[in-house]
Amino acid sequence: MVKMAGPHGSSSKTKLSKNLLQMKFMKRCTVKAEQVQNEEERQRVIDDEHWVLDIPELKQKENNFVTEPSLVPIEDLKFGRMSFKGFNPELEKLVKRLETEGELAASEEREKINSVDDEEMANRYESLVGTIAKKFTKKRQRSSAKDDEQEERDSVKRKKSKKEFMKPSDD
Amino acid sequence: MAEVGSVVLPGDQVRLMINTEDSTRFVTGPGLRRDSDQVTVSKAGILKHKEPNIYWVDSRQKRYIPTKGENVIGIVTMKAGDVFRVDIGGSEQASLSYLSFEGATKRNRPDVKIGDLVFGRLLVSNKDMEPELVCISSNGRSNGMGVIRDGGFMFTVPLNLIRKLLSSDCNLLKTLGHHLPFEVAIGMNGRVWVKGRSVRETIAISNAISSAEFMDNMQIKMMCNKLVDALTGFT
Repeated sequence: MVKMAGPHGSSSKTKLSKNLLQMKFMKRCTVKAEQVQNEEERQRVIDDEHWVLDIPELKQKENNFVTEPSLVPIEDLKFGRMSFKGFNPELEKLVKRLETEGELAASEEREKINSVDDEEMANRYESLVGTIAKKFTKKRQRSSAKDDEQEERDSVKRKKSKKEFMKPSDD
Repeated sequence: MAEVGSVVLPGDQVRLMINTEDSTRFVTGPGLRRDSDQVTVSKAGILKHKEPNIYWVDSRQKRYIPTKGENVIGIVTMKAGDVFRVDIGGSEQASLSYLSFEGATKRNRPDVKIGDLVFGRLLVSNKDMEPELVCISSNGRSNGMGVIRDGGFMFTVPLNLIRKLLSSDCNLLKTLGHHLPFEVAIGMNGRVWVKGRSVRETIAISNAISSAEFMDNMQIKMMCNKLVDALTGFT
């Protein structure tokens, strides 16, 4: 029996086939992959020749203080020009615009807190890639990709659960 | 060690509730000085705190210290080549380039005369340098800044009253605006410019503003009602 890598191995990840990569529209992807490879090789060469000072890294002192010289952002003060009851319509329009801008920024900030952040999203999609990939593999392949142990367990289960025709006993 | 909400004097040490797990940085506002890990008070007033980690000293003060990014009302005192000297109430006059007005070019100079009021934003304010004023936002629009024209009345109030007027929980301007049409410009340097329909109304509004310093919202509402009654001829 051919042993396949576990679900965490690289072979279980979807890899584009060679034929596909040779196609015209996949050129960009191939070039990119080559570039990455070249870069890695170059990096290795540089690392060998690179001189490094053999001293402990200077630890930058963490500064968790910020000085805010103005009270305007601290106390959330409004813009200093206002007009009431249509005394200066142009100014009233401007104030209204500033207000909506401020509200928009505030709501965006709130949304940022409530919504999913990028990393979480990436994680979700990562698992989604696996699920979709499963769709394109045959059932047999899928089961063979699992661990041997798992396989054995599965087979035992299958044996157990296999339905057979039970011959009725002759009296 | 000073606690939040208590009166502090210059030289007092402030103990900040530092918890290392919290990644948000400490913000020290005006009136607090920091050297390494020690925070010292540099202004007499009340120590204030705001979530998450903002500390500052609130005080009654009349002297304006120019601060970057604040909107102020200045008086043009001199034309010197391509800059105007503007008095903003600080220790030094601010400079205002004639190019930093909306629509101004080298050919097309803005119409600014000595004695004019300008509403502008402080672009540079450094303790070692002359403050610089601009009447234009970064995208080239005036955004309500520029020369304040057509009469009105300017007066000076303490800086804490300015902050009260501009804070969102003070209802003075809103209440006045319910009853009277008027326009106001409030500079963080303690100057307020008001213009109403008539001189009578302008004076009434400016009196209301300058007497509101120690009033709470209830008292302000009562005062405004009384004032509007007097203006309209009731009582």
